[in-house]
Amino acid sequence: MKVNATINGMKRVLDVQPDEYLVDTLRRYNYLSVRRGCDTTSCGVCTILVDDQPVPSCAYLSVRADGKTITTVEGIPKHAEKLSEHFGETGADQCGFCNSGIALSVYALQKSGKGITDETLRHYLVGHLCRCTGYQAQHQAIKKYLGDSDE
Amino acid sequence: MSKSFKAVNVKTPSIDGKGIMMGRPAFTDDLALKDSLIIKVLRSPHAFAKIVSIDTKKAEELAGVEIVLTHKDFKRNAYTRAGQGYPEPSPHDKFPLDEYVRYVGDEVAAVAAVDEATALEALSLIEVEYEKLTPVLDFEQAKGHESIIHPEEDIYEMFPIGFDPKKNVAAAYSMEVGDVERTLKESDVVVEESFYTQAQAHVMLEPHTVNAHIDYQDRLVLYSATQTPFHVRRILSQTLEIPLSKIRVIKPRVGGGFGGKQAIHGEMLAAAITKRTGKPSKLTYTRKEVFESSCTRHPMRLDMKIGATKDGKITGIDCYGLSDTGAYGEHALTVFMVTGSKVLPLYNKVDSVRFHGDVVYTNTVSSGAFRGYGAIQGNYALESIVDMLAEKLGMDPMELRQKNMILENETSPIFEIMGEGTEGTAMNMDSCKLDYCVKRGMELIDYKNKYPKRKVSDHKVRSIGGAIAMQGSGIPYIDMGAAILKLNDDGFYNLMVGATEIGQGSDTILAQIAAEQLGVDVSKVIVYSSDTDLTPFDPGAYASSTTYVSGNAVLKAAKEMRSMVIAEAARSLEVDIERIEFDGEVFRVKGEDDKITLSDLSNRLYYNEDQKQLVATGSYYGTKSPPPFMAGFVEVEVDLETGEYDVLDYVSVVDCGTTINPELARGQVEGGIVQGLGMAVTEDVHYAKNGKLITSDMLNYKIPTNLTLKKLTTEFADSYEESGPYGAKSVGEIGIDTPPAAIANAIYNATGVRIKTLPVTSEKILKRLKDKEI
Repeated sequence: MKVNATINGMKRVLDVQPDEYLVDTLRRYNYLSVRRGCDTTSCGVCTILVDDQPVPSCAYLSVRADGKTITTVEGIPKHAEKLSEHFGETGADQCGFCNSGIALSVYALQKSGKGITDETLRHYLVGHLCRCTGYQAQHQAIKKYLGDSDE
Repeated sequence: MSKSFKAVNVKTPSIDGKGIMMGRPAFTDDLALKDSLIIKVLRSPHAFAKIVSIDTKKAEELAGVEIVLTHKDFKRNAYTRAGQGYPEPSPHDKFPLDEYVRYVGDEVAAVAAVDEATALEALSLIEVEYEKLTPVLDFEQAKGHESIIHPEEDIYEMFPIGFDPKKNVAAAYSMEVGDVERTLKESDVVVEESFYTQAQAHVMLEPHTVNAHIDYQDRLVLYSATQTPFHVRRILSQTLEIPLSKIRVIKPRVGGGFGGKQAIHGEMLAAAITKRTGKPSKLTYTRKEVFESSCTRHPMRLDMKIGATKDGKITGIDCYGLSDTGAYGEHALTVFMVTGSKVLPLYNKVDSVRFHGDVVYTNTVSSGAFRGYGAIQGNYALESIVDMLAEKLGMDPMELRQKNMILENETSPIFEIMGEGTEGTAMNMDSCKLDYCVKRGMELIDYKNKYPKRKVSDHKVRSIGGAIAMQGSGIPYIDMGAAILKLNDDGFYNLMVGATEIGQGSDTILAQIAAEQLGVDVSKVIVYSSDTDLTPFDPGAYASSTTYVSGNAVLKAAKEMRSMVIAEAARSLEVDIERIEFDGEVFRVKGEDDKITLSDLSNRLYYNEDQKQLVATGSYYGTKSPPPFMAGFVEVEVDLETGEYDVLDYVSVVDCGTTINPELARGQVEGGIVQGLGMAVTEDVHYAKNGKLITSDMLNYKIPTNLTLKKLTTEFADSYEESGPYGAKSVGEIGIDTPPAAIANAIYNATGVRIKTLPVTSEKILKRLKDKEI
């Protein structure tokens, strides 16, 4: 099946199977930042943005992407780079398998115009499991990043 | 105590954080060849069965199927998946594929096909007839059970580990200092209790992943998400009878391991399939396979007895342990020994101490290495019973600990008696700031005002619980790490290490150690890890060894490189070596204006005069394993009506010597604390009656989220370990040990209910509270 989607600002025609999930399609088309951590939409690793909304791509059928705007972390390099500097500052980097998905949720939160408090941030990112960091350093880094970006 | 450093012990962002965040290809599956065959594994639906017949004809005939492998396709070479040094202290009790299946999820057959859908369809076409056998699911019934899990004759131990498979015993151990029964009999106060720990799952976010291909030199090349690339190469070579020189194992970026990737998982099947077909293949475990078919923490029952004089001197500790290694004996003996050896020395002033027990096989998911490695199980039991003893003595539990715990310059006879699978190594605690850790931790948690509890509403209570812990730094006289430094033109270095970066930050801290010695910025040290062809040997990321063992190897290589460049500078400036002053960038002749930069010197060595390539090597093995120490305190708020509780703050004060990278060290501690809190609070494991794991996805197996606890408070003691690189000890595991006991102690202080089976769930608390009312 053919799916027309805009991926990271570029119009693409994707050839997909009817039962294929977007995580697999995107990896097949070399968007390798989109990775699979589970298959039950529990971990947040495979997060992408569909029309600016964070979505677990392991449960999003590729055919649904027709006419949609898809963003992977390759599409927001400046934001990801800036966020990585804050992760570096607070020591929030560990394995990084979840980092690209986190960067996209942070970007979505930034674009949503919602107020940034400890509580909204925690709730916005609760879907991103991390087994390495204990979360607090990530939380501090993201808060600083959002604060810096506001200024 | 602290020294002044330029590159170590200063804030240094990870050298790889930016590229990883930006999503650049880095992990194993990102690097698989595009036309790789997809491998899928047929897994046992039975907890214990013999394969009577297996018919793969229909699967093989399916279009797109390249190969189907069963036990008939492998020579019977028993091996262990443990991923340890050689000879392994784990029994060789596993075959690549076997005619017996020993747990639900065990491997029956493997298919490689052009795509995943075809591979999965092929699995459904394999016809297997099983003879179901009686499974052993209760580890307390395993020893001497009529059902023998490993009846085969061609399995063996590499050296005596107490291996007795006919009795379902994978390993056994016993040691005693003094006469513990007599000591306890003569003690004023004795407390006795049994504790149970569960089969915690690692849940690293990157599943086990491997890909394989044959390269243009006709060699088998594997990319693997492994903690132990050199051990993987050796085990594949021995088991599949491929010459070691024909195998290359590359460890790309790894998405977490925690011990789960110390073992071999998909590598054996991927290697066999690519070797036979000549075609690239790849195998990524589904999340269910990670839960159901890799490995877990060893569940244990620990029967503790502790005695003391009435004024609070701990006189003796007796620990009998029963450990469940599941279907295969990976790390059976060594995890069990660490349950004693990295826990019992905390109270080194006892007259007698005994540690003994068995590690048994059951028809459940295999147990293996997991951060904490026995110490977390032992810590939960010991640090719970110390609190119970304090209550019986009418003493403050931290005062009891302070009176009896190990201090700097002291030792314990256990260090010499117990190693990992073998005898241990005597050592003094040349650096031990445990007394500071306890004192400072009590300040940070406000112990004076908050212990034991405060009522905050008519049904809510806030309480404090604490525990102390120790770990090790590598396995002395066994595990060797090595490093190579190469000088490039323009004056920067390559650092090649076998040490295995798996997300813990080892590439960064090893670069810092080299940079400190070489006097350059960290950006001038380009790290490459780890590749069995291109980097020197390292056992891998386990046993809290990388900072201490591999770090010392890097330091040795850097010292040699430093003297090499100084010698070349002296030659170039035509003076004696003694007259050269070197700040890392510029060589100056003492008292004169003559100088040459490292950049100019290296360009000269590459292109102009005295041309040569400077390469320095360092390798190191420990002659002791200096323990990091910590004190952990937790504050919880318990709802007495429901048993629910919130973790408000976890205070950690850690002595890991010098923190090479303070932020990353804090990350190791905090990550360990939260993983330990998972074991203590949320991570319940359930099996169905037929032996099938129920908690086999992230919906049912609940690891902590960012809502699990409110606050982490982490500090480091000012400590310097002379034998470590720039005073460092390890920090990878110590953080995980204290949460189970600290939580159990805090819950007891809040409710009067002592939970002796992990995890400490609200349901258990509420049930016990209700029982108390009756």
